[in-house]
Amino acid sequence: MIINRRTVEKLVRKFFFCTAAASVAILFMIMVFLFMEGLPILGKVSIKEFIFGQYWYPTSDPPDFGIFPLILASVSVMAVSSLISVPLGVMTAVYLAELASRKVGEIVKPMVELLAALPSVVIGFFGMVVVAPFLQETFNLATGLNLFNAALMLAFMSVPTICSLSEDAIYSVPTALKEASLALGATHWETIWRVVIPASLSGISTAVILGMSRAIGETMVVLMVAGGAAMIPASLFDPVRPMPASIAAEMAEAPFRGDHYYALFATGIVLFLFTLMFNIIADHIAYRYKQVGDSTL
Amino acid sequence: MDIAASSDEKVFSPPPKEKVKKIGATEIQKAAEAIHNRRKVTQKIVFTFLYIAAAINGLALFIIIFFMLKNGLSAISWTFLTDIPRDAMTKGGIFPCIIGTVYLSFGAILVSLPIGVASAIYLNEYARPGRILRIIRLGINNLAGVPSVVFGLFGLAFFVIYLKMGVSIAAGALTLGAITLPVIIGSTEEALKTVPDTYREASLALGATKWQTIWRVVLPAALPGILTGAILGLSRAAGETAPIMFTAAAFFVPEKMPSSIFSKIMALPYHIYVLATAGTEIEATRPLQYGTALVLIGLVLGMNLLAIIWRSRLRRKLK
Repeated sequence: MIINRRTVEKLVRKFFFCTAAASVAILFMIMVFLFMEGLPILGKVSIKEFIFGQYWYPTSDPPDFGIFPLILASVSVMAVSSLISVPLGVMTAVYLAELASRKVGEIVKPMVELLAALPSVVIGFFGMVVVAPFLQETFNLATGLNLFNAALMLAFMSVPTICSLSEDAIYSVPTALKEASLALGATHWETIWRVVIPASLSGISTAVILGMSRAIGETMVVLMVAGGAAMIPASLFDPVRPMPASIAAEMAEAPFRGDHYYALFATGIVLFLFTLMFNIIADHIAYRYKQVGDSTL
Repeated sequence: MDIAASSDEKVFSPPPKEKVKKIGATEIQKAAEAIHNRRKVTQKIVFTFLYIAAAINGLALFIIIFFMLKNGLSAISWTFLTDIPRDAMTKGGIFPCIIGTVYLSFGAILVSLPIGVASAIYLNEYARPGRILRIIRLGINNLAGVPSVVFGLFGLAFFVIYLKMGVSIAAGALTLGAITLPVIIGSTEEALKTVPDTYREASLALGATKWQTIWRVVLPAALPGILTGAILGLSRAAGETAPIMFTAAAFFVPEKMPSSIFSKIMALPYHIYVLATAGTEIEATRPLQYGTALVLIGLVLGMNLLAIIWRSRLRRKLK
């Protein structure tokens, strides 16, 4: 009887381990299939030509498969959006963790969560029909669908990520540290600036990196709002074509297992590697500077 | 050397007599007060900025919902919700899209809920800190960070082409299942953590095995939290567009209900995208677009609100 129960226990444990490994397996399969469908493009162009090529004309004859304008578009949209989302997200987090009364917190927190839950296609649609005409009229532009609009919409998508993760980090700073600072005569703000934020900096950086990773991988917003011109942007109000937009827009028309199809998968690899890098850095920071009691601060 | 000596002299030499007389107790107090006031004012200014930042988030949410309500409410009617799109999608309703979204999101949860809950049980109940646990955690975190369009590519390459499912409900639901997996794992783990250790110890002390304890004690106690996670996963799956673009969604399907899980379907998010960017008459169908967006927002935010309220009740109960 006892042996029987033990075998059952062992089997159950093994079963749970296998399911837990499923996530790793899926991640691995994503990589395998991306590379399987994307690498054949290297038979057509070299890695250098593909990544640093200035021209993306996949359907002209002969086609050009240079994704440099797409990479640059992705990076610039991400950078501009973090200029908005990082201050906004971190400030909201400080407000929620340090200032908001419990009642206000119970209203603001769900609002941030709902902001995170808004489907990206709805935010893209909002950017298209409300923000774009507004930008076009206010700044007298040729088109309201441009880099700035996309960055603005993306900012509101990454604020919730940055905010909730930063809030957790700020919240976990030991009260003893804050009390020590207040007892020395520092004001509440001085305590936040000199003690709380430095102590939670690793958590805040993780939050910022994950927010940026979300911004660079977001698809629908840049597909609908960024304007779609595959050229190197010269100004904030130029239309651009970030990597996810290019993949989503062209995959339906790309001939099955043709060069264009391979090139889009290869673009997916580049995008995937970008986010993988961001996530590994974030994970590394979170793990390396993991707070174990007051002494590690 | 000279400079150092002279500066030392300055510090240690007593100040001239007139100066000592001038600075009285009130002056020192005044100076201290001025500094104190300045610090208070700085604090006030900074706190105002923090307050504004928090308000901007709420404002953004309200503005988006306001515009959708203002322009979308007039489009919503019984026919809109129950009819199929007509006249090349310029008239009629969105019934097939609603059905498609329901099929896809429930299909996704059907895949990810069992795997996600089991993963969370392993992570929270069985796993010990170490290299393997770290790899699994890294895998989950990275899976959560994979761009949705890359999931779409994966779904296309693996489910649609390699497993020969074609563009279908099955392929879309499986792809969405992979996306919602980290959501389910995260919320289930949180739910398992709120079950007090005394429950487990009591059960083990009665002679139950670990598995019996998990099945009879821990899981029932964590069930409400797990269901909250399932609702969040559903809403996430319902709102995703890019992953179903290549795996499940169709521009237009004439029938109300899909005939099998291997048929293409319409879905709310994709329908919004199609109408707004590639429809036959983009400007004329604006009300339809707003209406569809409003239905999707209502569905997704409604589910989220439900989950948030449910969760805060649970937390209060635990306290």
